[in-house]
Amino acid sequence: MTNELDYLSRRVAAGKLSRRDFLGRAAALGISAPFANSLLSSAARAAGPVKGGTLKAGLVGGESTNSLDPALMMTQVPFAFGKCWGEMIVELSPEGKLENRIAEEIGSSDDAKVWTLKIRDGVEFHNGKTVTAEDVAATLERHSDEKSKSGALGYMKGIDTIKANGKEVVLTLKEANADLPYLLSDYHLIVQPNGGKDKPDAGISAGPYKVKVNEPGVRHVGERFANYWQGDKMGHADQIEVVVINDATARTAALQGGQVNMINRVEPKIVDLIKRVKGVTIRNHSGPGHYVFIMHCNTAPFDNNDLRMALKLAIDREEMLNKVLRGYGSLGNDFPINASYPLFTEIEQRKYDPDKAKFHYKKSGHDGSILLRTSDVAFPGAVDAAQLYQQSAAKAGIKLEIKREPGDGYWNEVWNKQPFCASYWGGRSTQDQMYSTAYLSSADWNDTRFKRPDFDKMVLAARAELDEAKRKAMYHDMAVMVRDEGGLILPMFNQFIDATGPKVGGWVDDPHQELCNGYALAKCWLEA
Amino acid sequence: MSSPIVKLVAQRIALGILLLLAVSVLIFAGTQILPGDVAQAILGQSATPESLANLREQLGLNQPAYIRYFHWLGGVLTGDLGTAMSSGQDIATSIKERLWNTLFLAFWAAIVAIPLAITLGLIAVRYRNGWVDKLISGVALASTSFPEFFIGYLLVFYFAVEHQWFPAISTVYEGMSLGERLQAIALPAAALTLVVLAHMMRMTRAAILNVMQSAYVETAELKGLSAFAVIRKHAFPNAIAPIINVVMLNLAYLVVGVVVVEVIFVYPGMGQYLVDHVTKRDVPVVQAVGLIFAAVYISLNIIADIAAIVANPRLRHPK
Repeated sequence: MTNELDYLSRRVAAGKLSRRDFLGRAAALGISAPFANSLLSSAARAAGPVKGGTLKAGLVGGESTNSLDPALMMTQVPFAFGKCWGEMIVELSPEGKLENRIAEEIGSSDDAKVWTLKIRDGVEFHNGKTVTAEDVAATLERHSDEKSKSGALGYMKGIDTIKANGKEVVLTLKEANADLPYLLSDYHLIVQPNGGKDKPDAGISAGPYKVKVNEPGVRHVGERFANYWQGDKMGHADQIEVVVINDATARTAALQGGQVNMINRVEPKIVDLIKRVKGVTIRNHSGPGHYVFIMHCNTAPFDNNDLRMALKLAIDREEMLNKVLRGYGSLGNDFPINASYPLFTEIEQRKYDPDKAKFHYKKSGHDGSILLRTSDVAFPGAVDAAQLYQQSAAKAGIKLEIKREPGDGYWNEVWNKQPFCASYWGGRSTQDQMYSTAYLSSADWNDTRFKRPDFDKMVLAARAELDEAKRKAMYHDMAVMVRDEGGLILPMFNQFIDATGPKVGGWVDDPHQELCNGYALAKCWLEA
Repeated sequence: MSSPIVKLVAQRIALGILLLLAVSVLIFAGTQILPGDVAQAILGQSATPESLANLREQLGLNQPAYIRYFHWLGGVLTGDLGTAMSSGQDIATSIKERLWNTLFLAFWAAIVAIPLAITLGLIAVRYRNGWVDKLISGVALASTSFPEFFIGYLLVFYFAVEHQWFPAISTVYEGMSLGERLQAIALPAAALTLVVLAHMMRMTRAAILNVMQSAYVETAELKGLSAFAVIRKHAFPNAIAPIINVVMLNLAYLVVGVVVVEVIFVYPGMGQYLVDHVTKRDVPVVQAVGLIFAAVYISLNIIADIAAIVANPRLRHPK
């Protein structure tokens, strides 16, 4: 009987049997209608991708200044379009595992200093050429060159030599790094013919879509690449289109009006309204991004750990999460790592405690108000968040003075310059990346001025450790150190909030970035 | 054409060119005063002193300002607007498409708005101080008083979300037919029409009413002409100069003042192009767009002046 039902439901999914007929036949087999219906929907899901059609996304984060050069990609539109036409060496799967793409196999020497990438056979570029080890090596070389101004330059600096050798690329690092494959999944590292050295913005790689139209700041269109090497997994729609819609209201209206099938960055304050619209599905998912208040550990009065602790205890995280993010996020715990990172360990949640805050504040001996700088651009709702913070701190006897800075120039004049301000971080794909970017003594972006030689040693030791259990313990100790002694006040992690219109199938929640880590257009399909 | 007119027109044009030169100096000076420079904006968070120095050298930012000004002016006069610093694209090429889009939108908004405004003005005069006059004035004033973005959102809500008659976003691109383009720009054009309508309508009404007081209108009425014939034949031609003036001003607004409407409807015109580059501190583009906007504004004003001169019979038929 089950076999018969299975067969029937597959026939419905394939469009060879009507729903009504199916229910009739199921009833004849003695199956109740609700159960038969549920069978049907699971069959439709399992029926898999539908080929054809045009899938459109309306996205914020594109300007007329964008370029197809992967090295220069910064904002959401080039990022998402890049995942459509570009092919990566290696990618992070939605589960956080490594997924080999152009590299078929990645291996390292025992000391994690020499890495070998075996290049997959038969992957083809849009221009008909086959992807070779030389192309991969040239790509990595170009991104290691200061002149390319690549967004991946920071990590690439750690690579000493890059050599193509037959079907293999051999990388020798300056210092051991067990995370190298994760670093290679950086979205800038799109493999281009000859590394894009001839024409960086040619828009040619080996991804599921060929660049058809490229009008920066307006729209980008991709056409399915017939010879894509894993066409069963990605590239279902015949054509994909990214329309740049920077205005939040226009974006929502375009989704409601059916001009686009998906949008990114739905504002938390309107999510509940959008949810009620027929056919629209909100796709929210936690990621590594977080909103912060940062104190410079080397500047008075923040050079006193009791004062820092007082300020950490004087923030009401739950209230802020509920009021600023409307619950679309999770509580922060004053270290920049959460469950979206590999090797994460839970640490006891820090709570709002005015009495304890008062105690530490007194112990610090500080007197008078403390200046907190904030701005609309620091993160959405940063001004409101600062005001909430002011109130909760007042209950602990700490006087915060809020200065609202203009958005223009905030990142040049205030962030990483002033000792106490609001900011945000997009997060990174590994703990090592996050700590190396902003918590090493030597890091340019050490925006809390957390300069601790003992911490630096822990970062370097963890980076070279290939034993996962040991690494996990090391990261736990580092997290505790940042949480209890650092200058970071992290009230909340935000979520990516995307939305899809009717008939969009194949969405996969991905903790790494919005829009299924940028693959929404490549992975989704239009249901018939 | 007799000499006084030619002389006046020549004077106007010369004055316009002079004005444009003065504006170019202002634009250049203004972009120099902005805090930070392009090199800083391009490098952003990752700026280090050496890379800043290198980039400044590369972009020629180390030369004194007046040399850069004449360099730039020379380029502009020969049609070379330079290349955008942020993306390396040729500015003239990118602007051509954008300018065409903006003019396209302005043209269709004007096609609807100008006849509509003048007709409404004439009707308002015909039924002056009656309820028709008050209704027309009231509605037109209300639509002008609302900010453009509010009108834009109202139109989107009603015509794109609730009824889905028109698209909410007005992306236009090559390969679209005229019909598709017109459908795409229906809502922004409507928003612009509503914004400029009242000004032109009120001016038409006021100018004609002014003339209606004169003796020859009374004579025409006494001759037994119908009210509309009096307005059309005797009042309107004599009131044309101020009407042309206000129409030109509004035309200029349609071209240079559409930034907000373009952003709301995601229309790929000059306004959005300007906003994108201002945030990137892409000075050459900002200068070029500013200059084009100034040129449009000044030339439409010259046209208005000339038209007013030509429409004046005392100048047309000198004794």
